[in-house]
Amino acid sequence: MKNKKTKIMIKSQRRFDIATYPFLSLLTLVCVLPFLLILSGSFTANDVIVREGFSLIPKSPTLAAYEHIFETPQKILNAYGVTIETTLIGTGIGLCLISLAGYVLSRKEFRYRNQVSFIIYFTSLFGGGLIPYYYVMCGILKLKGTLTALWLSGIMSPFLIILMRTFIRQSVPDELCEAAKIDGAGHGTTFLKVVLPVLKPALATIGLFLALGFWNDWYRSSLFSINSSTWTLQFYLYNMVNKATSMRDLALEAGITIQDMPTESVKMAMAMLATGPVLLVYPFVQKYFVSGITVGAVKG
Amino acid sequence: MKKKRKRGFLWDLRKNWILWLFLCPTLIFFLINHYLPMAGVYMAFTDFNFKGGIFGSEFVGLKNFEFLVKGNVLGRLTINTILYNLVFIVLGNIVQLLVSIVISQISGKRFKKTVQTLILMPYFVSYVVLNVVAYNLLSYDNGLINNFAVNVFGGERLNFYTHAEWWPFILVAFYIWKGLGYGSVVYLATITGISQEYYEAAKIDGASTIQQIRYITLPALKPTCIMLVVYSVGGIVRGQFELFYQLVGENGLLYSTTDILDTYIYRATLNSVNYGMTTAAGLYQSVLGLVIVLLVNFMIRKTEPEYALF
Repeated sequence: MKNKKTKIMIKSQRRFDIATYPFLSLLTLVCVLPFLLILSGSFTANDVIVREGFSLIPKSPTLAAYEHIFETPQKILNAYGVTIETTLIGTGIGLCLISLAGYVLSRKEFRYRNQVSFIIYFTSLFGGGLIPYYYVMCGILKLKGTLTALWLSGIMSPFLIILMRTFIRQSVPDELCEAAKIDGAGHGTTFLKVVLPVLKPALATIGLFLALGFWNDWYRSSLFSINSSTWTLQFYLYNMVNKATSMRDLALEAGITIQDMPTESVKMAMAMLATGPVLLVYPFVQKYFVSGITVGAVKG
Repeated sequence: MKKKRKRGFLWDLRKNWILWLFLCPTLIFFLINHYLPMAGVYMAFTDFNFKGGIFGSEFVGLKNFEFLVKGNVLGRLTINTILYNLVFIVLGNIVQLLVSIVISQISGKRFKKTVQTLILMPYFVSYVVLNVVAYNLLSYDNGLINNFAVNVFGGERLNFYTHAEWWPFILVAFYIWKGLGYGSVVYLATITGISQEYYEAAKIDGASTIQQIRYITLPALKPTCIMLVVYSVGGIVRGQFELFYQLVGENGLLYSTTDILDTYIYRATLNSVNYGMTTAAGLYQSVLGLVIVLLVNFMIRKTEPEYALF
């Protein structure tokens, strides 16, 4: 009897597998294919793209597009510099402030924790809108055209602060802080010596969320740039893809006309340069993101 | 015996000054970045110009709103924004649910892991790269789809960038593509939390895989699903700005089906059309958003209090 049931079970699982393997495989392919398409495009000669269009495997692979971009490297290197700098500064400062705030909001003896949490949370429900924000940044703080404008607004978000608070509540038992207090440790010592060491995975998760946000940002760059000196990598790519003038400038600098410029493959190579670092580290840091998404979902 | 002192805010400030010090930069950040702009909505009632600043610009009352209402701009944009978000919420959640359930039930550990890793990939790339992906697929001269259409099926080239009626489908497809991994992770986390005992018991009773999904997995996912939907419905007038702006950009041919509140306001800001009026449009969106969140929360509190947002 039992044997028969087990057989049915196995059969049912097999049928499920047969039906779903192709489905999931196809879906996964759809998620990955576009990146392979860009990668392949960046190694294809431009005239092949123009003649035959994009394809998955580059016919007669060439580094021409990359060589072309690095023939006049000032702009792309500057964009890399801007992105790396804002990512490092923003992530560093953000991580410090978020962990401090998360620590305070997780302490039960802090009587105003609900009020302060609400002040933070409310900003995700209501905002002044784009123009007043723009006016504060440019009219009052006079940050237009500065690097500061590129990272300032990105260092914190209600989501990340609440995520940090949840992490601290989960991984730092109250008894631990109590014990530190009895041993005469103040909040400063408790935070540095007791809380931070256990918080390493949380810091990695939140730091990665921040860094990803800065690395992928083109929006602040588009709002606050006066000239290309504060273009981030993504915004540089954006201009390359959408604005014919950026392509023309690049051709001009290389001393050729736009007709001789391998525009299609250069676009793909630029996309690879802008997103490559993320895709390279992605397999190693994925688990931190998964833990962040999971914990974040639990407590809205 | 000492009299019990009234413990007010200042008392707490003195006693816990170090905690307040820890919070200080965060509070200043939210003040500057969020609360100052909130005060700035006053601009919506002025004929704002940068020279005069907030107090040097002429106060015009509700004129900006009148213009917006008369121009019939906001109605269409609001409907577009809400309809898109509704489709995103419904289809997005269905696909994410389906995928996470299949991943959880399929046999083959390594296959599972690989799929999970790879479908999260689109979440990590910027929307500008999404723009490049779209170009790669849809471009008239070189796009993959047109290549297939011409070379394999011998058909005609399609010009995606002039056909506004196709874009709702394209935008929805890209939205699902980008958000699939993130949503599946959330659902999978819930599924992992289901006690294996239920499944063991079901297997002993001879339940098929489909039956296990129907009677164990799906009911267990209901709370997470409701929570996510309630959360997204709360933000239904906030559009997916980056998605729309990167895919459609400044292509006016497509605005009729793709323009949402956020893209309209962004374009008006960059082109410095009329700051007062644009602020008014933003304020309208914010207030409408707040009203909807409060309404949704109120209704949920009445019916299913455990899913309330706050």
